[in-house]
Amino acid sequence: MLVSIYRYNPETDLKPAMVDIEVDVPTDRDLMVLDVLNLAKEKDTTIAYRRSCREGVCGSDGMNINGTNGLACITPLSSVVKPGKKLVLRPLPGLPVVRDLVVDMSIFYKQFEKVKPYLMNNEPAPNIERLQSPEDRAKLDGLYECILCACCTTSCPSFWWNPDKFIGPAGLLQAYRFLADSRDTAASERLAGLEDPFSVFRCRGIMNCVAVCPKGLNPTRAIGHIRSMLIEQSA
Amino acid sequence: MVTSATNFSRTGLSDWLVQRVSAIVLLAYSLFIFGVFVLYPELSFEQWSGIFSNNAVRLFSMMSVLALCGHAWIGMWTIATDYLTSLQLGSAATFVRLIFQLGCALLITVYLLWGIQIFWGS
Ligand code: SF4
Ligand code: SF4
Ligand code: FES
Repeated sequence: MLVSIYRYNPETDLKPAMVDIEVDVPTDRDLMVLDVLNLAKEKDTTIAYRRSCREGVCGSDGMNINGTNGLACITPLSSVVKPGKKLVLRPLPGLPVVRDLVVDMSIFYKQFEKVKPYLMNNEPAPNIERLQSPEDRAKLDGLYECILCACCTTSCPSFWWNPDKFIGPAGLLQAYRFLADSRDTAASERLAGLEDPFSVFRCRGIMNCVAVCPKGLNPTRAIGHIRSMLIEQSA
Repeated sequence: MVTSATNFSRTGLSDWLVQRVSAIVLLAYSLFIFGVFVLYPELSFEQWSGIFSNNAVRLFSMMSVLALCGHAWIGMWTIATDYLTSLQLGSAATFVRLIFQLGCALLITVYLLWGIQIFWGS
């Protein structure tokens, strides 16, 4: 099959180009997109991309597959291309390209850092550990599973327009993960850092983030919860 | 915390609330005007000016003008900070955006004064 790959080496190329490469894909089974990419790399070893776990756990092979962000390793070929059609691979949109499908994630991590993604508790630590009831623990389900693949944030138009000011769905999901944690005591401090017109409120509820998250998480709902907490705090 | 000098209200929360409340006011007013047209299919000028000589209607109208102005300002500010940024326009962005917002502010002020004149003048 024909695979069209975004190629760009800022050191040697004037501008990016889509390059087609013919790959022999076995027809007796469904491959994952990453497998096809690996086959393409056997033909042209200069193709650059990130991958590690090849099972949707490490979050390193987020890319734009036929127009939709996803993890190449857990995206079945049959789910993205019809037989006889081209597989089109581009880097995640909205981030600077380091080379080919490899993007510079600095600004994504910076937004993640802004939400202080760690437990803050000013009470003295107990002897053993900070306990949590099963009900309180259940509130973190659907939040802690994020693998920071950036598929959501780089599919969000609000992040494209203001990557330096809007935290983006991934960061906001983690912001809520700690706001919702019964062991965290810094809620009001966290909320104070989020009430400006950009950090949270640039979210327009487009829900691109929900549509692409390979872990099936729902950042839009978390953002709604943060908004409600901000309203409650100011009331 | 991200700060921005050209937004009047400072917090995203108040902007967000103003947008929702003003939208409801505008919806209610649109329904009211629509209702007038349905109730008086052959509306004459006398009937029309009769309706608007009622102080409650004038107050409602004025509220809607204010809601429109607030809604427009926040909306245009949001659009400007989405599309007129250095990402799209390079170093000229701030200048272009300020001109655009100045234009918006001017237009909104004119509409506001015009509204006051229409509903409360003479
Ligand atoms: S719901 Fe919000 S965060 Fe998610 S893609 Fe839309 S604007 Fe972005
Ligand atoms: S929320 Fe989902 S799409 Fe976004 S970074 Fe986490 S795992 Fe990836
Ligand atoms: S290679 Fe680890 S998530 Fe795809």
